[in-house]
Amino acid sequence: MDGPPVVALDEVSKSFGAVRALSGVSLRLLPGEAHALLGENGAGKSTLIKTLAGVHRPDAGQVLVDGSAQRFSGPADALAAGIAIIYQEPTLFGDLTVAENVFMGRQPLGFGRRIDVAEMNSRTSELFARLGVKLDPARPARGLSIADQQLVEIAKALSFDARVIVMDEPTAALSAHEVQRLFGVVKALRDQNAAVLFVSHRLDEVFALCQRATVLRDGEFVWSGELSGETPDSLVRRMVGRELSQLFPKEDTTAGDVLLSVRRLTREGVFTDVSFDVRAGEIVALSGLVGAGRSEVARAVFGIDRPDGGSVHVRGKKLKYGSPTAAMAAGIGFVPEDRRQQGLVMDASIERNTALASLGRLSTFGLLRRSSERALAQDWAVKLRLKFAKLSDPVGVLSGGNQQKVVLAKWLARKPSVLIVDEPTRGIDVGTKAEVHRLLSELAGQGVAVLMISSELPEVLGMADRVLVMHEGRLVEELSRADATEERVAMAAAGQVAR
Amino acid sequence: MRNLLRWETALVFLLIVVALTGQVSTDGSFLSGGNLFYLGLDIGEIALIALPLTLVIVAGEIDLSVASVLGLSSALIGWLWNAGWSLETILPTVIVVGALCGAVNGLLVTRLGLPSLAVTIGTLALYRGLALVVLGDTAVADFPSSYTEFGTTPLPGTNIPYPILLAAVLAVLFGIALHASSFGRSVYAIGANEEGARFSGIRVKRIKLILFVLAGAVAAIAGIVYTFRFSSARADNGVGLELAVVAAVLLGGVSIFGGKGSLFGVLAGVLLLGGLRNLLILQDTSTEVLTIVTGLLLLVSVLAPSITRRVGTLRKAHT
Repeated sequence: MDGPPVVALDEVSKSFGAVRALSGVSLRLLPGEAHALLGENGAGKSTLIKTLAGVHRPDAGQVLVDGSAQRFSGPADALAAGIAIIYQEPTLFGDLTVAENVFMGRQPLGFGRRIDVAEMNSRTSELFARLGVKLDPARPARGLSIADQQLVEIAKALSFDARVIVMDEPTAALSAHEVQRLFGVVKALRDQNAAVLFVSHRLDEVFALCQRATVLRDGEFVWSGELSGETPDSLVRRMVGRELSQLFPKEDTTAGDVLLSVRRLTREGVFTDVSFDVRAGEIVALSGLVGAGRSEVARAVFGIDRPDGGSVHVRGKKLKYGSPTAAMAAGIGFVPEDRRQQGLVMDASIERNTALASLGRLSTFGLLRRSSERALAQDWAVKLRLKFAKLSDPVGVLSGGNQQKVVLAKWLARKPSVLIVDEPTRGIDVGTKAEVHRLLSELAGQGVAVLMISSELPEVLGMADRVLVMHEGRLVEELSRADATEERVAMAAAGQVAR
Repeated sequence: MRNLLRWETALVFLLIVVALTGQVSTDGSFLSGGNLFYLGLDIGEIALIALPLTLVIVAGEIDLSVASVLGLSSALIGWLWNAGWSLETILPTVIVVGALCGAVNGLLVTRLGLPSLAVTIGTLALYRGLALVVLGDTAVADFPSSYTEFGTTPLPGTNIPYPILLAAVLAVLFGIALHASSFGRSVYAIGANEEGARFSGIRVKRIKLILFVLAGAVAAIAGIVYTFRFSSARADNGVGLELAVVAAVLLGGVSIFGGKGSLFGVLAGVLLLGGLRNLLILQDTSTEVLTIVTGLLLLVSVLAPSITRRVGTLRKAHT
């Protein structure tokens, strides 16, 4: 972890039109270190990564590899210089094998220029062995978990002799177990003297994994140094430039009537016999590993998927199976897991997205009242402190946190009595995260029943009045706020319940 | 949105260019009242069918069976007329049959989840086949002149053909539906992100079904117009017309991938396509060349957005 940096950015600036994404940012990556890149959404992390990847060319400043200035004309140049990027959700060729994905376009050739499959598989196995993981090189990539797909990408990076591996929020979609395995892989990479640049919003992971960190705020360099002298609070202060009194401000409320009641809900092969109630003023967290069936339960409650058995009642009234329209009419709002695919129409404007779930009440005889639509969007943009230029801008230009606010606005505009939020703060910055938590707490205070799915234990423990834990499609544990500890939730999620 | 507006401005500009070239190269007969009347007649069916098809394509689907529905409705008119029905009962019947044809498309797409491209290529053949079964290769031509004169005379005191009046009225209705109603908002949302639309409580399947039914019904109306215009009910009426309609819609700036486009652009696209074809006919161009021109326009209109986008990114990369 010493010696000159493998890769460095020196006073790099980059603007897009009038927006200054990076201004005079420096970064030094040392061989054998895991380095955290921190900052709120919109701080310039993505631009920095894309500059390293050769996607963006800096307006000023330099990218240095082994001390010499580089001019990347594209991602291929960056890769040739030893810089590989592992994106949050890798894009593999599903019908090709793992090994074919690793050696895409560079397959080892045998006699008569035929692809030497055996050689390719054994070289892939070697790469996985260096990472300390087991994965069958001959299986097709389709059906691999996101965690395994990332490993394939990392193996591919190694096959290019990459010495700098940038991981852009690699843990966002991983379960706790998979995160541990990824950490092992990062350590293996460090032992081989590679530098890892780790981008994550989860500070506990940063402390567990990284030695040094660089913090950006609003496109500017704020701080870089050893993590040993830092605390999560001190890092958050550097990122947001102000004190955050409390991250999870759920206030105590007295639970009222049962608003949402789910009984023996079953969808074959996905989840079985799920029963629970959510009362007015309560935040109930649905916890568990990714793939335990939490989101699937939410989808069935909202009517996106049709359950095979069981029932959903809102205020004592039974909902029709498989009808989001019926769920909405009964007062359910649903902020889905995948903001880009399910929550928003990315090309459409902020106002159109805000109005999308309220079209009926914004219309007279089917004709849309444009002024009401705009007023609705304006109203909620102010209430949720949305950062935007024009309401007619597409939501795609907003940062992740602000996009999430638009999704929330879309549902809050309907004044739901039951709000289901699936990973409400995934991939959004610390400041907005606190705002979302405050908002959920306020809603509960106003008598809304909130069902929250979250993979982040601190969020679950800080926000929830009750914690329900799912394991392999079944509800295995219910803990009150007082009983819910990180340990008990994690044990239940892993299927270890003392019965 | 700004790109779209620019595309529509370009269309209007192109229209003016075509009109002026036409005017000069034909010594003034292109923009004469008489020729404009025939131009209007020529584009009547295309304009009619383009209206619902715009909504279908904006919703991210396609209907290639429209010209076959036109043919089937023409054949039915002839067959029922021969069977002694009155035109007052034939016409509503034909429109209902057209709507049913559309419903079959829509149900196959929404209930069975089949791609509309495959479904409507199938029904393109199926409906044309049914038309041939109904009427064979005979023609029925003895319709009363009180009906056929709608296809051969203009509105009193003008050069506007009746079908264009009908298309204009429907254009206003479809324009309101697409651009000013909550239904239209839903159509755009479905085309841009179907999953997102579903998660917003939009009844995706129902809306798609309605769009296919509308396409079928309007194609049947276009069949009625076609039959009376030529005073001839034939099973092979309007063969290949779907190509011209799709070309006009895409030329009008509607994205083949859904979610983008405006009815104004489509009307400009219809006029441009019709104007070019008319101009070529005035200059005695063969029908083969006409088909080639239509095909080229279709390609250009599909390629244009991706070319402009690529030029845009190149320009961005150089700054």
